[in-house]
Amino acid sequence: MKNILQFENVRHIYHTPRGEVVAAEGLTFSVDEGEFVAIIGPSGCGKTTLLSLAAGLLKPSAGSIVREGSCGYMLQKDELFPWRTIEKNIFLPLEIKKQNTPAARERALALAEKYGLGGFLKSYPAQLSGGMRQRAALIRTLATEPDVLLLDEPFSALDYQTRLNVCEDVAGIIRSEGKTALLITHDISEAISLADRILVLTARPARVSHAHTLGFGDLPPLKRREQSSFSGWFETLWRELNA
Amino acid sequence: MKHQSFSHEHALYLRARKKNLALVWILRLGILALLLGAWELVTALGWIDPFIMSSPSRIAKTIASLYADGSLFYHIGVTLWETLAGFAIAVVLGFAVALLLWWSDTVRRVLEPYIVVINALPKIALGPLIIVWFGTGSEAIVFMTVLVGIIVAIMHMLSAFVGTDQNKILLMRSMGANKWQILQKLVLPSSYPAVISMLKINVGMAWIGSIMGEYIVSRAGLGYLIVYGGQVFKLDLVMSATFILCVLAAGMYFLVVLLEKALVKNAER
Repeated sequence: MKNILQFENVRHIYHTPRGEVVAAEGLTFSVDEGEFVAIIGPSGCGKTTLLSLAAGLLKPSAGSIVREGSCGYMLQKDELFPWRTIEKNIFLPLEIKKQNTPAARERALALAEKYGLGGFLKSYPAQLSGGMRQRAALIRTLATEPDVLLLDEPFSALDYQTRLNVCEDVAGIIRSEGKTALLITHDISEAISLADRILVLTARPARVSHAHTLGFGDLPPLKRREQSSFSGWFETLWRELNA
Repeated sequence: MKHQSFSHEHALYLRARKKNLALVWILRLGILALLLGAWELVTALGWIDPFIMSSPSRIAKTIASLYADGSLFYHIGVTLWETLAGFAIAVVLGFAVALLLWWSDTVRRVLEPYIVVINALPKIALGPLIIVWFGTGSEAIVFMTVLVGIIVAIMHMLSAFVGTDQNKILLMRSMGANKWQILQKLVLPSSYPAVISMLKINVGMAWIGSIMGEYIVSRAGLGYLIVYGGQVFKLDLVMSATFILCVLAAGMYFLVVLLEKALVKNAER
């Protein structure tokens, strides 16, 4: 398996006029191609910092971060631009990366079509439900065919029922597209229901304290929640988070 | 939402709403008629000296005579031109400066105290300077109008630009967007509502600027008529010019509101 993302002994310091905060220290982990890795940690442990580092938006203070290929970032809210149609929203990364060719647009549209957005392409985000909007946000992220998806609690802004559905959706799309994904969340059950591997972070400065391979295979999220091992994993991770 | 059939309750609700709207309009116009009527009455009966208070009929006569000697539209034209020119320059220049300040954090921090001081300064204090610099023509008045409007335009637009959703900026950056792309695809479209509200505020500012300018220095225009009327004690003229000013300012405001409706409709679909 090829390594797509590699954090090696990463240290990151935030500087403010009042002082400095060490957000991460000795952070080492890697994500393999095609793998779905979830990172959970206590709140305020610098999860978003970690994704910004992975996306290359921040440079680490020390250590190295190697990423093979491009990345797509998905945030808590869909962040669709309300003045653009769904179609135009999906084309946004193509425009930015100057890949706005007919072929690329067609590929993005085919993706939208495949995952049930075909009827909404000319609609505005305000006309879509929260779940559909998040799905559109995922298609936008996939439009440039990124090698790794970075997911920053992408379901936390949704209500519980929508959340389970969208989680199911997104997991299905990511698996069937064979994408590599790095999910950051504070929701333990979400991590278990989505990931192949879970990394537990310590409180600030963030460091990987435990790593688990789940072994659910390609089982979709809702099915995973029915498994007897689900609650076992939950307990283990809960204990480790609160240690 | 257009439904062909309503429930009885909904029909009642709609009727009540319509009734209420009619009532509001009747009262609005009623108050105007009552005020004008009372004004006319107390001056006609001699309770109040029409020489000091003027009266609706005398205002109408004054406007008619201004129209007859051809000076009505001349004065309106002068003031309107000054107001619109000042408005346009203040808006465009203010927008551009706000963009510059958004673009460079350092420039913004350097210029901030200057903007704050200029904003706090009563522009009328610059009157004598403006006369010396620009003479007594329309240029001086346009300059005053720009001065009154531009700082408001800058501060309003800057706060909109700076207030752009940080998460959307993060999203754009994660796509590899440069500053120019962020400006073009995110900051400008998302500050659209702020542009409209800035235009609305600046309509008012432009009238303040142009009339204030005409008070200080002018040979024509509605502000000139007001000052001149006051000096020679022709209160009819003062009231007439004020009345015309009310109509023009309201008209310009409604134009902006119409523009807003058209644009917002266009944006939301």
